[in-house]
Amino acid sequence: MISLVILSVFGIINLFLGFLRSNKLLLPLAMLVLAIVFGVNAYDWSLGTQSFFSEMLVVDRYAVAFTGIVVLTTLLLLPFSEKYVREGEANLAEYYSLLLFALVGAIMMVAYNNMLMLFIGIEILSISMYVVAGADKRSARSNEAALKYFLMGAFATGILLFGVALVYGATGTFYLSELGAAVANPANAEFAPLLYIGILLVIIGISFKVGAAPFHFWTPDVYEGSPTFFTAYMSTVVKTAGFAAFFKLLFVGFGGAQSFWLPTVLAITILTLLVGNLGAVAQTSVKRMLAYSSISHAGYLFIALVAFDQSLSANGIFFYSLAYSVATVSAFAVLKLVADQRQREDYDGLGGLYRTNPLLAGCLTLSMLSLAGIPLTGGFFGKFFVFSAAVNQGYIGLVVFAVVMSMISIYYYLRPVIAAYLRPLPENAQPVQVSSLQSVMLVVLALLTVVLGVLPGLVSGLL
Amino acid sequence: MLTVFLLLWPVAAALLLHFFKGGAARVVALGAALVELAAAIFAAVISRGNVSGQFDVNYPWVASAGINFHVGMDGLSVLLVLLTAFLVPVILLAAFRREYENPSSLYALVLFMQTGLIGVFVSLDAFLFYFFWEVALIPIYFIAGVWGGERRVQVTFKFFLYTIIGSLFMLAGFVYLYFQTGPAASGLAQHTSELSAFYNLNLSSSEQSWLFWLIFAAFAVKMPIFPFHTWQPDTYTESPTVATMLLSGIMLKMGVYGVIRWLLPIVPYGVSQWQPLVLILSVIGIVYGAIIAIRQQDIKRLIAYSSFSHVGLMAAGIFSLTQTGMQGAVIQMLAHGVNVVGLFFAVDVIERRTGTRNIADLGGLTRHTPLLTVTFLVMLLGSAALPLTSGFVGEFLLLAGVYEYNAWLSAVAGLTVIFAAVYLLRMFQRVMLGPDSSFTTTITDLTGAELAVMVPLVVLVFWIGLFPNTFLHISEPAVMQLLNVVKR
Repeated sequence: MISLVILSVFGIINLFLGFLRSNKLLLPLAMLVLAIVFGVNAYDWSLGTQSFFSEMLVVDRYAVAFTGIVVLTTLLLLPFSEKYVREGEANLAEYYSLLLFALVGAIMMVAYNNMLMLFIGIEILSISMYVVAGADKRSARSNEAALKYFLMGAFATGILLFGVALVYGATGTFYLSELGAAVANPANAEFAPLLYIGILLVIIGISFKVGAAPFHFWTPDVYEGSPTFFTAYMSTVVKTAGFAAFFKLLFVGFGGAQSFWLPTVLAITILTLLVGNLGAVAQTSVKRMLAYSSISHAGYLFIALVAFDQSLSANGIFFYSLAYSVATVSAFAVLKLVADQRQREDYDGLGGLYRTNPLLAGCLTLSMLSLAGIPLTGGFFGKFFVFSAAVNQGYIGLVVFAVVMSMISIYYYLRPVIAAYLRPLPENAQPVQVSSLQSVMLVVLALLTVVLGVLPGLVSGLL
Repeated sequence: MLTVFLLLWPVAAALLLHFFKGGAARVVALGAALVELAAAIFAAVISRGNVSGQFDVNYPWVASAGINFHVGMDGLSVLLVLLTAFLVPVILLAAFRREYENPSSLYALVLFMQTGLIGVFVSLDAFLFYFFWEVALIPIYFIAGVWGGERRVQVTFKFFLYTIIGSLFMLAGFVYLYFQTGPAASGLAQHTSELSAFYNLNLSSSEQSWLFWLIFAAFAVKMPIFPFHTWQPDTYTESPTVATMLLSGIMLKMGVYGVIRWLLPIVPYGVSQWQPLVLILSVIGIVYGAIIAIRQQDIKRLIAYSSFSHVGLMAAGIFSLTQTGMQGAVIQMLAHGVNVVGLFFAVDVIERRTGTRNIADLGGLTRHTPLLTVTFLVMLLGSAALPLTSGFVGEFLLLAGVYEYNAWLSAVAGLTVIFAAVYLLRMFQRVMLGPDSSFTTTITDLTGAELAVMVPLVVLVFWIGLFPNTFLHISEPAVMQLLNVVKR
């Protein structure tokens, strides 16, 4: 809770700091605040479960763990906005504030105990994202992305809200725990049609937000159009918060109706895996490939929801989100540095990176290996825990399908690596400039990827 | 703790290597590899005659999922660790004088790979095994991809896809086995991925039948067994000699070792169901590889196919499921490792001096290079299984093992000995004897450093050939124990 207050208050202060006309101050301050929030959040771990606003928000270990991921991700990502700092980007203070406000939304999404809080959290997060998607005002692509994101997002919000309303109509409560009891209660059977339609609409609404197929159509365009820095934020923080919220909703709220929503969720899972992986194969732009890959990762996370196992699924989503966020931030960071300085986002644009910037090539490799789920990296254990949860519940066929899909993913994840090591340097390409802060962050990201891959026990037992 | 040292020392040295440049880097790398060799010899000496459980180390690794960092060595592991520890310094030395771009990265990758290889040979936990299996593969992709020949990109990519997909099948098999252990409770900590737990599973014979192929896929690709071999000749030819030596000298043994330790005892019924098919595939591989080898113009390709042919015999020996065949495979793993590394090294020497590997372009080397001729010939005869050389003991035991299973199959498999003599001696005759060619007039003999590579290999060829019991005694109890598990 204190973290929410710090983030909100500093977000507002930060807006005023923008008047100082000194961008140099903004980055260190924002990082400092995030570090403080991370510490405060870690302290919350020891306090056990606390509730606020007549139990509308509940900060338990689950919430603390996921808050940790989103704050850490933002903290690691922030140094890669340095280009904006250097160029004296006029709206930098606003961008940072929007990111901090978005974090407030994300934290509410992982700590909600009341569907209204979930809704407010999603909206706070989404509205910030609509704005930053269009941050590059001069680019038509960015404008299109923002408009598309906003229209689709607003549509999804409508569906979600309608669903929440129907669920309320059927059960008479917004509170998750009461909802769980009401859904499981056979006495409410007469409201079942209302409830079921409500549940479906809520699932569709959230699927929109996390970019799962067949509600993914906005994802590649928005990810490609938004400035790379914000794309990285969207594909990590938004997704992590979305899945943490989704899990809680399905388990605590709609657990009693599992047999009803399972076929839908299963269909979404299979479709998402298929669309994400096959779509990524066909791309020529690395950024678009990462966009499709992020769809496919939504699919893997969905497997944990399908598995429906209290501890294994929660643990799987937690570990997967963490490993995925770390790898994705690292991938986007390298891509941003290269794309900014070489002005291209295709595979050959990464050519010769190993010769000029071994550090960037190494980090890119590690992140790609992790996303592909190859051992030594966090992604391997992420997939392992998620698949284990599913196998434990007997979904062998689904896991086999997912494994085949991840075999395909190896193909497209390897292409940037091959480009970085084996393709020639593009003409007139200079070594990519990397500041020392960015280097440090890249090393930290690489280390985190390896530590998660070698010593997964450090975090896998937390939840 | 010795096992842990053997595992961590190379990777520590690899990390350290980044602080050295050029000449210093290779000295440090070689020094580290020699220390590793000393430790491996020490392990082999004190473990003689012991059955298993040597140098056991067992820590919880992913405690929440019942996965342990469990390593230990029995006689079989000791021999393969010894082979790895012996060949890595030889391979480093072979790369010594060669001008590679960015040498310290290359040496670091080789050492990093050594950790993976040793890990494969000492792991006693399925996930740890899979983990090291991948660790051993990843560096070779980079070595082949960055330092390889002209077609290296496609070739490495093909190699990568083949091996990684094979590995994923194996992983799927292990995950299935993992869920068969312990009570079927929610919570992964109830399960375990211990090798010994896998040995004790009660799997139905239909389960074993498909599990066999899941697990075997990775090993079959890595060895390679016909028809999973198509990546091999290209990769061997296009890779730098260092990678070719690592692939043929040590990595191929990962597959053979995997079959012995991880396939036969876990799915014995599956093995007996598929035994005839695998034997036939192996024998096809033997003959097919040998015939293609005869037709080769490129020496490196010729040795690649000869290696493919020889590994077919190892597979046949193992799948005969006899103690003779198994022991033959063990000794042949050592012999083949030594021979093939020596052969590839000799080819590398020739290629560096003449700029060609084409048999038709060469001739009359003998007059200019007596030392090379003698050492090359020893390697060749070892590979062609001349009595008193390393290859003979292994091939004899392997063929005897196959004979115990089926005499006709053994007769066909025996063709390998004849064919090997044909293509190897023919190659030797056309390359080393006869009139000089325009490429060979200025050739010089082996330098001191190159002799330092060849002499230990030559010594070993004779050692294994004359005193095979030095090594057979180490592996015997372990092989007996494994066979008991298979035949239970």
